Amino acid sequence: MTKSRVFWAVVAPTAAIFTSLLFTYIILKIRGVDPIEMFRLMISYGFDPRNLVSELNQTVAYYMAGVAAAIGFKMLLFNIGIDGQYRMGAFFGAVVGAAVSLPPILHVLVIILTAMLAGGAWAAIAGYLKVRRGVSEVISNIMLNFIAAALIAFLLSPSIFGILPEGTQVLQTRSIPASGRMPTIKAFDGEIYTFLFLAIFVGVSYWIMLNKTVFGFNLRATGLSFRAARSSGVNAPGMIFVTTVLSGAIAGLVGIGTLLSDTHNYSMAFPSGYAFTGLALALLGRNHPVGIFFAAFLWSFLERTAPVLEFEGVPPEIIIVLQGTIVLSIVVAYELVSRINLRQQQRAVGSVSAEVIDKDSKSVKETK
Amino acid sequence: MNVLEISGVEKKYPGVVANQDVSLQVRQASIHAIIGENGAGKSTLMKILYGLIKPDAGSIRAFGNEVNLKSPQDAIALGIGMVHQHFKLADNATVLENVILGSEPTRFGFLVKYDEAREKLKEISKNYGLEIDPDESLANLGVGERQRVEIAKVLFRGAKILILDEPTAVLVPQEVAELFANLRELVKKGLTILFISHKLDEVLSIADDITIMRRGKTVASRKPSNTSKKELAELMVGGELPKPKVGAAKISSSSILNIKEASYSRLDKREILNKVNLELHGGEILGLAGVEGNGQSELVELIMGLIQPSSGSVEILGMNVASHLTKDIRNAGVAYIPQDRQRDGLLMTAPLWENRILGHQFNSPMAKSIWVNKSAAVEGSKSIVAEFDVRTPGISVLASALSGGNQQKFIVGRELSGDPKIIVAAQPTRGVDVGAQAIIWDHLVQARSKGAGILLVSADLEELFSLSDRIAVIYNGSIVSILNPRETSPEQLGLAMTGASKS
Repeated sequence: MTKSRVFWAVVAPTAAIFTSLLFTYIILKIRGVDPIEMFRLMISYGFDPRNLVSELNQTVAYYMAGVAAAIGFKMLLFNIGIDGQYRMGAFFGAVVGAAVSLPPILHVLVIILTAMLAGGAWAAIAGYLKVRRGVSEVISNIMLNFIAAALIAFLLSPSIFGILPEGTQVLQTRSIPASGRMPTIKAFDGEIYTFLFLAIFVGVSYWIMLNKTVFGFNLRATGLSFRAARSSGVNAPGMIFVTTVLSGAIAGLVGIGTLLSDTHNYSMAFPSGYAFTGLALALLGRNHPVGIFFAAFLWSFLERTAPVLEFEGVPPEIIIVLQGTIVLSIVVAYELVSRINLRQQQRAVGSVSAEVIDKDSKSVKETK
Repeated sequence: MNVLEISGVEKKYPGVVANQDVSLQVRQASIHAIIGENGAGKSTLMKILYGLIKPDAGSIRAFGNEVNLKSPQDAIALGIGMVHQHFKLADNATVLENVILGSEPTRFGFLVKYDEAREKLKEISKNYGLEIDPDESLANLGVGERQRVEIAKVLFRGAKILILDEPTAVLVPQEVAELFANLRELVKKGLTILFISHKLDEVLSIADDITIMRRGKTVASRKPSNTSKKELAELMVGGELPKPKVGAAKISSSSILNIKEASYSRLDKREILNKVNLELHGGEILGLAGVEGNGQSELVELIMGLIQPSSGSVEILGMNVASHLTKDIRNAGVAYIPQDRQRDGLLMTAPLWENRILGHQFNSPMAKSIWVNKSAAVEGSKSIVAEFDVRTPGISVLASALSGGNQQKFIVGRELSGDPKIIVAAQPTRGVDVGAQAIIWDHLVQARSKGAGILLVSADLEELFSLSDRIAVIYNGSIVSILNPRETSPEQLGLAMTGASKS
């Protein structure tokens, strides 16, 4: 049974990726471009070591967004607020990091904890509204995303936390001193963020927490059936709140790799759109830390190779079409797999019961 | 003339025979009742007649022709309509809009001819004495009126045969009388009614013919004039109902559950429980009898700490429930077999071994400090499967793959593990087959002889009489009497359940 489950867990995403490649193939063909040649170019460009480094760094941010979304999904929460939570995390991490002076490792830890607290606190608003007031987390989170962006823009004004360095047009926070930065690993003319290892640690912890601890069992139980969890003694509303905060805390880490290893300050140039990406990646990776990692890598790989298409005169937006079809096909593929699984199990259960029923009906006939 | 002839209909699901050798003749302009216990196959048969399920074998003749129903649309086209037990009406629309929804008469295919529809509905209402106002908003209607709207809906679509699925389950006695008057009117006008029920008194008073189903089969047909309630009951259970072997009680003198003057009101201020007093002792089975909806569910939730009393107190093993969480109550040794097993008792899409943990996740052996103990859960599930004869190929199948009876055996096994001191069992054998029922009864009786106190909430009088040491009767949110099952007749209990013997 477990063997077949692993088999399907690999087959489903692979089939989905092939379906979307086929779809892209057709589009490119219509466009009059040789699709095979295009795929070949994309692969050779994407696997170029220099590009690999920057893909890996982008993977780290996507990975955190994916894990944050996955925790929410386990509770049937659609955390579209990752964008706002990530901004709050990165911004307050940058502000606190620049304001304090601490010994090297402690300084980094303080920044990371601040980011998690800020992201978690921001998510807590949506969690409170959901549990206490019955407000859909989707609605409140969308609003909170806007509020976070506006609030940070306000706090970035030069009279508060922001500075406008000469010769630039971008407001930013003060730089974090050297003690609060994370080292990088030099590789192929690039620098890999060491935050990568922390991200992997977070992913593994997420998996252990979810599958091995009582807390994780309660979380999953509440997600599977609120009422059954409550009847079993779980404080189900409390669980929803805590999960929301946890998801927000991890979302707070999305921008930390860039902040601590690259920019050292938060600016308006920090990208947006992590919420949708995170949700898509959790879906694609089936909420599994390894699956999400591959999904995150695939995403940054595809984005990195977009310029290749431009060289050939193909609009790079085709990448977004490709990503979209992957997500769509994966949803269909997983649904199919879960139906096949259930049917297989029912058949197995049926064959056990059928013998007994045959016996039963015989004995009923005999008594007549 | 027979408007409906069913012969040899069969429907099998993996592991369950829902219908087998089902045969039935329904005369035109008659009220034909189909009775049977929960799980006897009545609903399956009705779904087959309404085109919701395709039978595996057998033939159905309607109005003299062999028919092959593929969907409810086919059934409606033939003149077969269904009035569901749970109304399918939109609150924020008018009666007329509800009635025509899905079969609107239109001009050019998109303009609704409201006036024409209104006239037609008025005519139906007048002809059959339904007394409904087409322009009334549905939100203003009571349950009885809503049901008449459902009936009008079916008539509007031209039904000649009406299937009513437990139509009285949601009605108060006065509304039942009105419904029956309506039904007689319909029959007088030439319509035919299939009436599904398990309430024998009603069936005897309204039906022209009665067909009894048992374990998926039609076992007998009777007319009200040549049968009795007793005979019908025997036919329904088949006289094969196993009697649990209940030994002598060793009831301890101290009470382990003590409910004092407990009241509970909903958010809308409706009082559901009114000063309930109840005491449960170790080693006894206390039955809780009552017509559904008289506060049983709330009483159970109160005991489990799922809701809080608005006044009064609930004391379990010396601790006041009001200041404790469900978790603490469970940890103190209270087991809970919920009435709605699929929603409250199981994680349907989780494997059995994970379901074994549910409700025990705060204690050893299912938990080891902060960790879930998978091997204990696996072992525990295996022993439940063996001991309770749960029919499953293994413990990693999802709970949803099992049949209802096997799910229930698993839940009972889980709840009885770890020798609980109090067992709150709500409808523990509802809808399960006779074999599963016997196993569940045996284990409850065993738990009692080990000293556990059991609160048995049941709608099955047979079950209450054969298991209980005392029977408390709940009516309208109050305990109206406490009876000794050995000195009480079913009739007396039934009377108490309707609040008649408030003494």
